[in-house]
This record gives sequence, C-alpha cells and structure tokens, in this order.
Amino acid sequence: MKGLRNPALRLALLLASLALWEGAVRLLRIPAFILPAPSQVGAALYRGAVSGIYLQHLWITLAETLLGFALGSAVAFVIGTALAASRAVEYFLYPYIVMFQSMPKVALAPLVVVWFGLGLTSKVVSAALIAFFPLLVNTVVGLRSADEDRVDLMRSLAANQMQIFWMLRLPSALPFIMAGLEVAMVFSLVGAIVAEFVGAEAGLGMLIQSRNFSMDVAGEFAVLLILAVMGLALNAVLVSIRRRVLFWDPSQKAESNAASIKGGL
Amino acid sequence: MAGSAEVIAVKGLRKEYETPRGSVLALDEIEFNVAEGEFVAIVGPSGCGKSTLLKILAGLLPATRGEVKLHSVSITGPRRDIGVVFQSPVLFPWRTVLDNVLLPVDVQKLDRETSRARALELLAVVGLQGFEHRYPWELSGGMQQRVAISRGLIHNPAMLLMDEPFGALDAMTREGLNLELQRIWLERRETVLFITHSIAEAVFLADRVLVMTPRPGRITEHVPVAIPRPRALDVISVPEFGGIVRRIRAHFNARGGVEA
Repeated sequence: MKGLRNPALRLALLLASLALWEGAVRLLRIPAFILPAPSQVGAALYRGAVSGIYLQHLWITLAETLLGFALGSAVAFVIGTALAASRAVEYFLYPYIVMFQSMPKVALAPLVVVWFGLGLTSKVVSAALIAFFPLLVNTVVGLRSADEDRVDLMRSLAANQMQIFWMLRLPSALPFIMAGLEVAMVFSLVGAIVAEFVGAEAGLGMLIQSRNFSMDVAGEFAVLLILAVMGLALNAVLVSIRRRVLFWDPSQKAESNAASIKGGL
Repeated sequence: MAGSAEVIAVKGLRKEYETPRGSVLALDEIEFNVAEGEFVAIVGPSGCGKSTLLKILAGLLPATRGEVKLHSVSITGPRRDIGVVFQSPVLFPWRTVLDNVLLPVDVQKLDRETSRARALELLAVVGLQGFEHRYPWELSGGMQQRVAISRGLIHNPAMLLMDEPFGALDAMTREGLNLELQRIWLERRETVLFITHSIAEAVFLADRVLVMTPRPGRITEHVPVAIPRPRALDVISVPEFGGIVRRIRAHFNARGGVEA
C-alpha cells in the first residue's frame, strides 16, 4: 500500500468524479428534484451556511446525539456491569434483554415521540435506546474477558472483589468498551435523526424531511453532507480518546474491529 | 539450616476434585516442611498435581483433608504474606514496570513511598535498573519474568512460591535466569518453594528436592542437594550432580515424561 499513497491523485479522482456527475446531470438533463448537480448542492450549502440555518439545526441534532449517547452509554455500562458481576441478575434480566435486542429499535421511535413529545427529550431517548445495546454487550463480554491467571494473581494477594474490578476487570474490559462506545456514537446519531423524522420542530433530520416535502433535493444533499461530516468528527474524537486510553493494547496497532460492526445500521 | 523455624508445614494433605464422573484424587498424603531461608524444589511430570499443591499453598484452593500451616497458622484463604510467581509473568500491560512491581503494595494498601524505594532496589537486583518506567510489552519474556519475581518479593513475604517460572522460556534464557535466581537467593535468603518439571533445574537451584509422582500426586522422596554454592552452570558435569539427577530420574523411568 505504501507506494500507492498519493494525495494529489486522490484529490484529482474526487474532482474527476464530481465533474463526471456534473456533466452527466447537465448532459442528460436530469431534473434537480431527482438528482441535483454538485454545483447546485454547493450553492445550497453556501446559502444555508450564510443564513446560519445549518448551524442552528446542527447544534440541536448534536445536542440530541451527545445527550442520547451519554444516557444510553451510562445505563448500558451500569447494567452491563451488574450482568457481568452477578449470575442472578443475568438469569432474571437476560430474557428481556434478548427480546428487546431482537426488536428493531428504530420501530420504537413513533412511540417515543408520542410519550416524550416533539422536543429534545424524545430525540435523546430514541438515541439512547439505539446506543444502549452495542455498549451493553461489549461491557459484559469485556468484563468477563479478564485473564484467569491475572485474577488468580489478584486473589493470591488477598485482593477483594472491588479491587479486582477496579484494578483488573475494568482495565481489561476497556478495549471492548471503547469499541462499544464508537458504535454507540454512530447509533446515537441514527436514533436522533429517526426521531426527528417522526416528529420534530428542529434539527438536521427535520430539515431533511421538510426539504424533501418541498422537493429541494439539492438542499437535502447539502444536509446529508453535513451529517456525514458530523458523524466523521464524532468518530474522530472517540478514536483519539481510544488511542490515548488504550496505548497498551496491542490490537490498537491494527484497526479496531468496531469498524466492521458500524456499518450495520 | 540448623535450628531454623519451619515456615511451611504440610501434613496429611489430600485433594479431591468433584467431576460429573465422580471424584478424582489429585493429591494424597502430601507431607513436607520448608525451613526458614531454605530453597526447596518440587519436581514432577506434567499433571502430577504440582500446580494444585501450589494453589492450595497460595490459599487459592481449599484442601479436602490435612493441614497446611504457614508459621504455625493454618492457610484457609489467600494471605498477604505469600509471594507467587506463575509460569507466565502475568503482568498488567497498562501499568509500568515499577507499577507492576508495586501491585501488591496497592492491593494491600502498604506505604507506597517506602515500597517504591524497595521496588527500585529489587529491580536493580534482578538487573532491570533503568527499565522502571517502561511497559511490560516493551520487554523480552525473560525480563518480564524478572519483573514478576520482583513483584513476588515486594511485600516482604514469608515465602515465595514459584510455579514453573521459567517453563515458558527458551533454554538459554532459562539457564541465565537460574543463575540469577541463585544469586538473588544467596543475597536475600528468602524461603522459596520452587515447582518445576526439570530435574536438572531442581537440582541446580535447591537445597532439597521433593520428588512428586502422579495419579494421585504423592511425594515419594526427599533428596538433599549438598553441592556447595554458588553453583556454576557447568556443575552439571560434576559426578555428584549426575548422581542426584539419576536418583531422582529413577522414580520416573517407569512413567517417563520428565526432562533430564
């Protein structure tokens, strides 16, 4: 791969595909409400940026996503820890978890909007619901992954269960938890957008839908582009945190397996 | 060892495991003592119950019958005054070398400042001066096991239990570490119980070798090793050494499975 790295060629390829798109749309006279040309998307992006409309909606969607992520992750971590620590908790809770997990959580969004209204709360709850599972599963698996020899070592030193948890099980679980958090972040954004589709007064998802109704497809593309950049930025933050926290994990040299799961939704 | 107190006293020790197909007798009629400052090796083939014995001594497993006493107090659970070195180094990759050595100090909430000085001293003894701020994954297997030995000694245990500590290392590194361990022991005179499946390693290191035969695990002979210390690696060619090795080997010849 090393010899193939060429930023100039990469940029040229991007420009060429944009030009091809632009040319095809003009030449074939594809109407803008089916597929807008890149120049039209660019113009829509510029108009919205100047008017401040994107920023206003972006903050709302970002807040929904981050709050949902925090809520879903916190609950998942606590329940995951209880599940990993106690076979009794696992026995009684597991059937509900399996049932809830096999249900597509986006299908709950209409209900969530009915229960929590058109404002911020319903979006946060929806985001949290979807973000919950990846972290729950990874927390349980991670906390149980502690090496048996290391547990024996801790026990031989007369460590109590709390010490074994804080000094051994939790650090051992961190690679799993960080991978779970990365998935949870992407899922939170999905949850927030879906709830905005169902019913919202503001947010990028609401903006997409209102532009769809008014057949402003170029404007819709512009919002999609913003969402993609937002998703990338959120992920980049988590990746840099992971690199710092898991400096000791040999699998960090290779890319984390989180990437393969993330495409799921 | 004249007049020294018993550190470990094992009497009539028996261990049975319950399995779905009935109980399996792992250890039977185990009896031995280890005196203060003595280096005792237990040698036996894989599966003879050596590791089970060590886990009972470390308080990780309960005995089915019999008694195990450390300084005349029965061992009923993990104790704070035993150091254990396992076959693999069992280091925590998120802790530096120094912090790994200080793990027992953190668990037992001992004074970190005085222990820190002690840890640096121990690391110097095992030849790891200047590596205290490195991480375990930056070290070779032999160096990692030296860190584990330092960690086993940091809380000043009454006894150091070593479970095939060099079994996973290559022959050259292993010989080097045997020499080092002898040097450390001559310097500090810790009480050591060293478990191995290598007869030569046991004879090279120990004051006394306990021969353990399998199914069920029994100690069949106590062999004193009166070869003067410090012993060099070529002590292997001394007739006395060969004699002791042959005597121990005779116990296994019928069964096989033990390194010379």
